[in-house]
Amino acid sequence: MPSPAVTPWWRNRRLMPWLVQGITGLVVLVVVAFLVGNLVRNLTNAGLLLSWSWLHNPAGFDLSETLLPYNAALPYWRALLAGLVNTLRVVAAGLVGATVLGTLIGVSAFSSNGLLRRLGRAYVELIRNIPLLLQLVFWYFVVFLALPGGEQAIQLPGLVLAKSGLYLGRPELVNGVWQGQLRLTVEFGALLTGLVIYTAAFIAEVVRGGVASVPAGQWEAARSLGLTPLQTLQRIVLPQALRVIVPGLNSQYISLAKNSSLAVACGYTDLYSVAETTLNQTGRAVEVVLILLGSYLVIDLLISAVMNGVNAWVQIKER
Amino acid sequence: MTSTPQAPLARLRRELFATPLDGLITLGLVGFLLAVAAALLRWVFFQAEWAVIQANTTLFAVGRYPIEQQWRLWLLTTLLAAATGLSWGLLRGPSRRWPVNDQLAAGILIVLAVVGSWALKLAPAIQLRWCGIAALMLAVRWAAGRWGHTWPMGLRRLVPLIWPLLYLLGMVLISGGLGLMQVPPSEWGGLLLTLLEASFAILLCFPLGILLALGRRSDLPLLRWGSVVYIEFIRGAPLITLLFLGQNILGFLLPGGLAPDRVWRAAWVLTFFAAAYVAEAVRSGLAALPAGQLEAARSLGLPMHQALIHVVLPQALRIALPATVGQFITLLQDTTLLSLIGLLDLLGTARTVMANPEFLGKNAEVYLVLAVLFWCCCAALGLGSRALESRLNPLTTAKA
Repeated sequence: MPSPAVTPWWRNRRLMPWLVQGITGLVVLVVVAFLVGNLVRNLTNAGLLLSWSWLHNPAGFDLSETLLPYNAALPYWRALLAGLVNTLRVVAAGLVGATVLGTLIGVSAFSSNGLLRRLGRAYVELIRNIPLLLQLVFWYFVVFLALPGGEQAIQLPGLVLAKSGLYLGRPELVNGVWQGQLRLTVEFGALLTGLVIYTAAFIAEVVRGGVASVPAGQWEAARSLGLTPLQTLQRIVLPQALRVIVPGLNSQYISLAKNSSLAVACGYTDLYSVAETTLNQTGRAVEVVLILLGSYLVIDLLISAVMNGVNAWVQIKER
Repeated sequence: MTSTPQAPLARLRRELFATPLDGLITLGLVGFLLAVAAALLRWVFFQAEWAVIQANTTLFAVGRYPIEQQWRLWLLTTLLAAATGLSWGLLRGPSRRWPVNDQLAAGILIVLAVVGSWALKLAPAIQLRWCGIAALMLAVRWAAGRWGHTWPMGLRRLVPLIWPLLYLLGMVLISGGLGLMQVPPSEWGGLLLTLLEASFAILLCFPLGILLALGRRSDLPLLRWGSVVYIEFIRGAPLITLLFLGQNILGFLLPGGLAPDRVWRAAWVLTFFAAAYVAEAVRSGLAALPAGQLEAARSLGLPMHQALIHVVLPQALRIALPATVGQFITLLQDTTLLSLIGLLDLLGTARTVMANPEFLGKNAEVYLVLAVLFWCCCAALGLGSRALESRLNPLTTAKA
């Protein structure tokens, strides 16, 4: 009969943590080894063992729009790079647009106008409860593809919206076709509109939360010093609110970058869409998925790095 | 900022016309809203052609589920309606008058069953079925509210158990087996597939997310780092690339023949994806809980698992509830991505319908209906979460 003073082994404070971790680690290792073993065996059987030499074969498919010079004779890596640049382009434009729109809507929650406040609220509730993909196909198929062409195109000062694209600057109508320096495709337009409108709803909530976190006394003090509401917002409230807003913006920016991969739904040739075509042609599933995951990881990390820099900059400077 | 009671007219003036600028903004917004509303109403009632929805209601509801087997889905819907009525009635307890919210819900239900099925031009027999199902739910709710409290406590405790049982029964009814004809997942579609994938992922990602959150806050380095790597890996990747991975690589990872069907692959990917986000929501709840709670429980002699189950998790999950339900709502919305990998969920079905030459170019009608459907589901989930939150909040319950 063991004396009651002896601790049983399962209560041993030094043994148990190691035992638990050892068993967990072992299970994970066995599962991973099993999966990787299958992967190697199946890939070998299919003749698709990891290799990157196919990246130098000619891609053979065209991309509807690229910033980098590209044609079908160029290798796969050039196609993927062109797709990546297209992704970066829509993400960069989307970040700016969503930030501007989101800030406006977020700040509208503090307007003295009751209708404006409620409209801002309604916008957020409407947009957040409808799937982004549904919004994207709506903008593409219902709005942008239905734009009139030629003479009937929607002409605004400095902007023409036509079926053949969106023209900035001063486009001219030549033989019934718009010609201009700056042309954006309707695919890009639809994707950008969808992303901006969707992300703005989330950014508006971040901005509203940030501004609301500034104590009411700050507003009142600024007002009693004689600052106008706009000055109060600009000089007193926003610098304090930014400390709360920036971390929230970071995660919204990252989700915008990830959401840009839905471009395939409105025909824009972003990284994911090129990768899908590449997989269909080469069957190189593992390599393509690795490229995709790696690229989005790098984009996320870049955004995080920049936003962390901004965060350090807006934090309270202590002497 | 003040909440002093004022005459409605004065309040309106203060809210909308406080300054000349405010007045201008108000007039501009009112004009804009009126124009939008007028255009929308004109389109809905005079220009839109709703035949694309009316002719395809079955497709949107259940996809290509075989017609002679659809009685199984009707049976499941009836059981679900009865179970909802039962839980609803027992939750409200015995009161002669229904609370205002219940009257509202009942009214909406009746209107939906009668006007909804009329507007969709369903066959008369099917219209009658929907009205019957709505009536059944309300009748069970009434009966459970009336006599529920007279049942023995033990019986009432067992009632929540009907939900997991019903879920399993539903799975059998939908997919077949136990003497029923098998209906392969490739024939499920529409709302059925969307709800199935979403409910499956929501049910499984929740426990998985709790485990990951506990792992991330664990003192054991291997568990902590394992959870961190998993969560950050999943959160760094767009869902579509993970679905792509599931469709194209899962077959290589498992020995031949063991890889699940495409529908189930997508369901598992959704589950593992959502688990990482739920883990972060739960972690925020755990982080908000004072460390003293766990320490107090441990020093009372509770072993770790009991301290977690009885003390830490009930409080942490309540704090994490809004964020968690937010993730569930996102998950429901994310099921639309299945259409991009060739599954016939609601959006995928919509795409096949619009590829039909007869309904070409009817995008606006279909997308509008889908948007309204998703909006209502997500808004209802959000409302439910807020109601549950205030119900679980010890401060408000103590007052009530």
